[in-house]
Amino acid sequence: MTQSPHTTALHEQAAESLRFIHATMERAAGFSAVPGWGGVLMGLTALVAAVVAHPRRFTEAWLVVWLTAAVVASTIGLAAIVLKARRSGMPLTGPAGRMFALAFSPAIGAGAILTFVLYRNGSIEDLPGCWLLLYGTAVTSGGTLSVRVVPLLGLSLMALGMAALAAPAVWGDAFLAAGFGVLHIAFGLVIARRYGG
Amino acid sequence: MAKRSHSSMRVSSDADARRAALPVKPVAHTPLRLDRLIHERLRLGIVSALAVNERLTFYELKKLLQTTDGNLSVHARKLEEAEYITCHKSSEGGVSRTEFRITAAGRRALDKYVAHMEAILGAVKS
Repeated sequence: MTQSPHTTALHEQAAESLRFIHATMERAAGFSAVPGWGGVLMGLTALVAAVVAHPRRFTEAWLVVWLTAAVVASTIGLAAIVLKARRSGMPLTGPAGRMFALAFSPAIGAGAILTFVLYRNGSIEDLPGCWLLLYGTAVTSGGTLSVRVVPLLGLSLMALGMAALAAPAVWGDAFLAAGFGVLHIAFGLVIARRYGG
Repeated sequence: MAKRSHSSMRVSSDADARRAALPVKPVAHTPLRLDRLIHERLRLGIVSALAVNERLTFYELKKLLQTTDGNLSVHARKLEEAEYITCHKSSEGGVSRTEFRITAAGRRALDKYVAHMEAILGAVKS
């Protein structure tokens, strides 16, 4: 069938409008895809880990407790992101999701390598500061395109990380509880209240 | 009060700019009629962004849609007048905060608009 120029223009305009709606929705969903209630649960995990880990501080058992907490919290965070994205009907594999992953992952990867190096060198008392600093960096970079509270959480974590590196090592668990626990809970509540879960 | 025409998808930018300064009301549309209120690109962006967020602040919408304060204000007001979105102003620690939410009517209008666009695509394909 031959289409008139007017029909073709109409068709192109309709397709363009649909593309625009989809792109805007995806960008906007990514904008507040960070899970609030998920953050609260992650914070609670960190508080429990701090209580369990503190008596074993700077032993292998201490490291195992915190690494287990990291795995549990990551699983909670990932599940919460998936659920929130599903609720808004937006795919996680779109440009917004990819940009977040690309911005978030490098600092986390660096944290994993530093954890191994510091453990091998017997300097695990420096881990709390490094973890907070690098996780804060990851949240700040990943949250660049998100709502303002997300990079603010990242910067707060980085500040705590720097303070932990300067403070006596024995305060490490307190800094981890404050950063991964209290900050996650506080910012999680703000995100849940303002940005729908 | 100016009445909107829903008969065509074509909207000239000059006419759009003039209309932006005039109050607009939503009109129930049939499959043949286009809701021009949200057909305008920035208004469509506002409604689309709010459809996937419980609420967004003025600053967040401005950042998301990469527009100016004036443009966003004018178009958000049109949508508010049409009751497609609601606007809530508050003050936190001396800093004023403006939040927007989509209404049920706004969500319906967006759904209809999407259905309309899909119908056009379907009609051309068939």
